[in-house]
Amino acid sequence: MQIKPILAALRHHKAGTILVALQIALTLAIVCNALFIIRQRLVHLSEPSGVDEASLFVIYNGWADQAATMQFDAQVRTDLAALRQLPSVRNAAPASSCPLCGDGDDVPVMLAPDQTQWIADPAMYAGDEQLLDTLGVKLVAGRNFRADEIGKMGSRDFTVPPVVIVSRTLADRLFPRGEALGKPIYMMSNTPSTIIGIVDRLQRQNVGGWTRPYAYQSMLWPMRPVSSQGLYYIVRAKPGQLAAAMREAPKALYAEDRMRIIDPEHGTLSFAEVRRRIYDSDLGMAILMGLISVVLLAITAAGIVGLTSFWVGQRRKQIGVRRALGATRRDILGYFLTENLLIGLGGVLVGTVLAIGINLWMVTQFEMARLSLAYVMTGVVALLLLGQGAVLGPALRASRVSPVEATRSV
Amino acid sequence: MFGYYLDLALRSLKRNKALTVLMVLAIALGIGASMTTLTVLHVLSGDPLPGKSGQLYYPQIDPQDIRGMDPSKEPPEQVTLIDGLNLLRAGRADHQALMSGGSVPVQPEQSSLDPFYVEARYTTADFFAMFDAPFLYGHGWTAADGEAKAREVVIARSLNDKLFGGANSVGRTLRMAGTSFRVVGVLDSWQPNPHFYDLNTGSYAYGEQVFLPLQTMLELRLDRNGSSDCWGNGGGGVGNILPSNDCVWLQFWVQLDSPAKAAAYKEFLVHYSQDQKALGRFQRAPNVRLRNVMQWLDYQMVVPDDVRLQTALAFGFLLVCLVNTVGLMLAKFMRRAAELGVRRALGASRRALFAQLLIESGVIGLVGGIGGLLLAMFGLWLVRQRPSAYAALAHLDLSMLFTTFVLALCATLLAGLLPAWRACQVTPALQLKSN
Repeated sequence: MQIKPILAALRHHKAGTILVALQIALTLAIVCNALFIIRQRLVHLSEPSGVDEASLFVIYNGWADQAATMQFDAQVRTDLAALRQLPSVRNAAPASSCPLCGDGDDVPVMLAPDQTQWIADPAMYAGDEQLLDTLGVKLVAGRNFRADEIGKMGSRDFTVPPVVIVSRTLADRLFPRGEALGKPIYMMSNTPSTIIGIVDRLQRQNVGGWTRPYAYQSMLWPMRPVSSQGLYYIVRAKPGQLAAAMREAPKALYAEDRMRIIDPEHGTLSFAEVRRRIYDSDLGMAILMGLISVVLLAITAAGIVGLTSFWVGQRRKQIGVRRALGATRRDILGYFLTENLLIGLGGVLVGTVLAIGINLWMVTQFEMARLSLAYVMTGVVALLLLGQGAVLGPALRASRVSPVEATRSV
Repeated sequence: MFGYYLDLALRSLKRNKALTVLMVLAIALGIGASMTTLTVLHVLSGDPLPGKSGQLYYPQIDPQDIRGMDPSKEPPEQVTLIDGLNLLRAGRADHQALMSGGSVPVQPEQSSLDPFYVEARYTTADFFAMFDAPFLYGHGWTAADGEAKAREVVIARSLNDKLFGGANSVGRTLRMAGTSFRVVGVLDSWQPNPHFYDLNTGSYAYGEQVFLPLQTMLELRLDRNGSSDCWGNGGGGVGNILPSNDCVWLQFWVQLDSPAKAAAYKEFLVHYSQDQKALGRFQRAPNVRLRNVMQWLDYQMVVPDDVRLQTALAFGFLLVCLVNTVGLMLAKFMRRAAELGVRRALGASRRALFAQLLIESGVIGLVGGIGGLLLAMFGLWLVRQRPSAYAALAHLDLSMLFTTFVLALCATLLAGLLPAWRACQVTPALQLKSN
């Protein structure tokens, strides 16, 4: 295949050539970055939370009346007893918040009371000794809380607990050499708290925005949340009985006492729903990016088909002459395919630079990682193939131009 | 002449239907996508209080301890209770209000209604006048009532409809969190977007249903939410307890009617910081900011990143669609070189040909624009189905409708310029010869 005559011919169609190349370049730049974002979002939203999601649900329980801490504590204990008695329930626990639930407290942690900068800012879940089993998180070192260690977290007092359980990620962050168990830590207080257990993996309440660098840093406090603000009841259903448990649990609570507030719509959520809510914007973004990429590729392909068809129509006479002079159909087909390949190569070359440029701009504007070259390479191959596929139809039509055309004046 | 050119354009467009459809579709998709995202961006970055927002300022001071000090850093985004009350009582601005948010349980008198939570704003007397909150019935509480920790409440219209059937409920009793409050006012529908005065509780489509005096909330220790940032080892803010004075958790807004007053107020904030340092409360050198509403929203980057990213993406998409259209239009116009040559030979000026071709591209732009508008309306409908807080706000307003058409027409005319110019360069003799 001779490239020189093709280049010479392209010189006659400068504007058209440049436009196709530009379109390929822009498409490559946008699609690469879109694919990269899609991949990031999909990875993000399939991150495990560390809890037994299939059989968990949460109830946000508010109190309709102000009362003393002692009264709330008694009520919470009664509620839990009622929940744990349900035939479809394996276990239930009170909690100040839950993984992926959206809001809750985080507590800065230091290794000495007079440190100027905190080491980690983990999510904090206050609950009782049943919380570990209810969540289904695995204890990898140390021990669980004992029932006699469980305190109360009310509205009016603040005390750090003498013992805490931390996630492995938090333990590694605080003590990179792996000797976290039994060590004291300081949480906005001069009194130390001792790490008595380490759990395998436990996600934060939130997964986006500023918390990204602190993912999976969490800790458990041995305290029943008994303030007027209400609390979460986390319930673990027996295998296959989630739906039944979700129906029975709010009824059981209302049967205990009516002066509570469980939102009829959003008060009782399965963990699948909790997960869907927190990752919803990521999923939406991935779908939108995917949709735009597909439409973009389709438009670019259609544009190539349109422009090449026009070129073929314009050159019927020259094609006829070439055929008359002995060029085979294959030669003609090859000519248009090569022409497209040359334009495509020019386009992807510019497109690669653009793709990286756009990514660098996005890194400065948004929370975004650097584009990996694998995406650019995939995009390059995909666009070249797309171009060849798009040009095939018009090129085949060109190859069928009869040599007789050389003698006709159109 | 215009009518004739229009006729020519329509004939030409009909001759090559697939190409025409492709061009119209590309323009429509490009316009549809960019207008959808631009409308969302426009709605989200709007002015919450047009006409008033320029006079409302958000003072920031730095009461933190000396640890981790960096003079180049911004002061905290909220104020402590003691500083908030000091600034409030100093009364140096035309209006000032200190506030925080929370949710309180309501116990309806009707037994048919279960108790439920409402979003609450705990604030001071000037709040309503300063933010132009419209009253349907009654009025706000007075500053004296506020300081006296009056059990008074202003409720939103929606809550008034739910509890009192929409009647004038001023003087009625509302039981919240185990305490009886007297309704002193009912606000008409009012929901500034973004929720500029407290972005922690929710930035969009968020509105409180009850407004209580801050002092009353402090005495009753009602629950609050939103953010609180603490320093030192006081342990001030974890869990549900009322934050200590080592925590910032309140918003303080002032109204300053002239730039001179704003400059003077900033001066006052510096003096206040110096005085507090002299008293030993503040440890850092004065570090103050005084932003108005739009500057504050800008600083807080209230528009979600994803929305800005989608807008950038959609405009990239529009660009590709336009390049695509330029290419196709170029092909189409060049193909008619012979026809144009004849017209040139018969005496049509280059200018006349140019006008004819631009009208043809204008027709594509118009049809594409209408298609784009329909797609944008569909796109916005899709956005409204999303569960995000701002979704419900995504509506096309008149200015965006106008923008859509201008964008579509400009885009296609711009796309038609190069092909039309190229096509007008044909030499009539050459085209006639080959015929």
